[in-house]
Amino acid sequence: MTVAEIDRVNIFMAVRRAEKPARRAALSLALPLIVFLVVAFVAPILYLLVTAVGNPETNEVLPRTLGALESWDGVSTPDEPVYAALAADLKVAKANSTAALLGKRLNYEISGMRSRVLAAARMVEKLDTGLYREKFLEMNRDWGSPETWAIIKRNGASFTPYYLLTALDLKQTPNGSIERVQGDQAIFLDVLGRTLFVAGLVTLFTLILGYPVAYVLTIAPKAIAGIMILMVLLPLWTSLLVRTTAWVVLLQSDGIINDVLMTLHLTGERLQLIFTRVGTVIAMTHIQLPFTILPIYSVMRSIPTTQLRAARSLGAPPSSAFWRIYAPQTLPGVVAGCLMTFILSLGYYITPALVGGPRDQMVSNFISVYINRDLNWGLAAALGVVLLVVTLAIYLLFLRLVGADKIKLG
Amino acid sequence: MWLPSYATLSDRLMRTLVVAFALAVLMFLIAPLFIIVPLSFSKDPFFTLPVREYSLRWYADFFGNARWMNAIFNSAVAAVMTTILATTLGTLAALGISRPDFPARRLIMALLISPMIVPIVIVAVGSYLFFGQFGLTNTRTGLILAHTALATPFVVITVTATLSTYDTNLTRAALSLGASPSSAFFRVTLPSIMPGVVSGAIFAFATSFDEVVVALFMTAAEQRTLPVQMFSGIRDQINPTIMAAATLLLALSITLFAMLALLTRRRLK
Repeated sequence: MTVAEIDRVNIFMAVRRAEKPARRAALSLALPLIVFLVVAFVAPILYLLVTAVGNPETNEVLPRTLGALESWDGVSTPDEPVYAALAADLKVAKANSTAALLGKRLNYEISGMRSRVLAAARMVEKLDTGLYREKFLEMNRDWGSPETWAIIKRNGASFTPYYLLTALDLKQTPNGSIERVQGDQAIFLDVLGRTLFVAGLVTLFTLILGYPVAYVLTIAPKAIAGIMILMVLLPLWTSLLVRTTAWVVLLQSDGIINDVLMTLHLTGERLQLIFTRVGTVIAMTHIQLPFTILPIYSVMRSIPTTQLRAARSLGAPPSSAFWRIYAPQTLPGVVAGCLMTFILSLGYYITPALVGGPRDQMVSNFISVYINRDLNWGLAAALGVVLLVVTLAIYLLFLRLVGADKIKLG
Repeated sequence: MWLPSYATLSDRLMRTLVVAFALAVLMFLIAPLFIIVPLSFSKDPFFTLPVREYSLRWYADFFGNARWMNAIFNSAVAAVMTTILATTLGTLAALGISRPDFPARRLIMALLISPMIVPIVIVAVGSYLFFGQFGLTNTRTGLILAHTALATPFVVITVTATLSTYDTNLTRAALSLGASPSSAFFRVTLPSIMPGVVSGAIFAFATSFDEVVVALFMTAAEQRTLPVQMFSGIRDQINPTIMAAATLLLALSITLFAMLALLTRRRLK
């Protein structure tokens, strides 16, 4: 290095050193919020991730059995010590009432396992001594099946890919390979596809409806534009539940939209609008429209309208002046608005729950069912992880294309 | 209107069509909100327009019902606590971020904004499972913590926006004239950025007061908020009392919105 270069490096380091206290002061102001968000927001999400792969039941309830299975060859029916260990574990489980938990967990992978575990737990309670293997096999031949034992052994691990695989309609066979689930059990890719489809449809409609509104906002006289912007912002401010309630009322079969359609003789009979995909998409489009309009408007506002006139005066026909000069410049706003609406639409819960039918429920609604009704937290968490990954992927795209500083509120 | 003089007939026609389309979309945006107002004053227990006979019976129902009153109280407490917490944390963070020396701004900004982006059901389920470990599920504290996390991005964004037009020389002048850092903040900086702080507080209040999904997961019957009460009301059997509740919520939204509009106008001047 030359002397000049060394000086430059030294100066650079000195500047970094001098800036350090200021950086620390700036950071310390944001620190309370960062810490708060880590505890109250990031930690719950991480906990959700752990729940999605957590597998405590088998390990906790069957420690002796898992120990005895260590020396099992994996293909034959296990020997007496394994059954003796299982009997001992189940006795403890019966006393601690944890047998039901184990049964529920194993039942996810082997149907009928819940009742089999509970019956076995009742049986071993009465048995005092030996030859458990015969007793188990007598009760149910499946207790001798190597597949059952392979799955029990596999679930001795503290973590399981089971829930994540299920959330993607995949399963692990007893020998460890992964295959697609068939038939009526394969529902989750459908739900995910439907969620993406509805979000895409809503995004498309908000763009078609919103783009002209944003444009008219830029050309309207100031006073009128002011009123128009109020009409865009007010719905944004109105409680989501109020807006959804309004759509529930409007879409009812004896509701106002049907009244109008009937009066205008547009339909001969009352249409089923509520509890349908159509109703859900209409209501979601209504709710998301401002989120699409505002970013487009803020970009359009910065494009001089004289450009269009210049294009026209140079001989461009109206359509090519618009599509070749104006529209490309609005693209950043279109991308921002559409990505925002798409991201938010992915997470919809309330509107599909109240306006949609059973076939319009989104990933969010399924998560809620697994938490509240089926008490299958692992699967709920895994679906949450899938939704989160999809959303974050689009958010990263948003950051790459638009930037976090560009998020504005009206 | 708003066309140059050389515009052709087809230009004018196109323009008229676009304007008409935009006005129709604006009607689509606004009309559904106000449809519930006349229905809430209807005497009939079904939803038809025009209203045949007006009455206040659904409002009497609403205000006479302990469940609805309890829900309003719960919502108000949660929203006020959320507002205080989120405004304090968010304003401090915005002050830090706006300093030129702030390190890793993009990364930290992305973190601070992320509660707006993460699907609400994930926040709800995560909070339900995680806070449950500390016995905070089905408590007001748990609800307030989760709502505060959701509300802080709004405060950070509005205050940061205000600070971008704030002249930091004012703070320097105060310091050079002998003010202590804290009195420079409270007597010079804070009054100047007050509109942004109040806007953020209004956003935070509205976020908490409207929020349904987290509240559905995090509350038992005793902490039920107004939106949760409405949600279960609509799901079970929609009853006109909900129209009264919705109209009151609409009035609250318009009030908050008007406050915000006044603030931003003052800020622009």
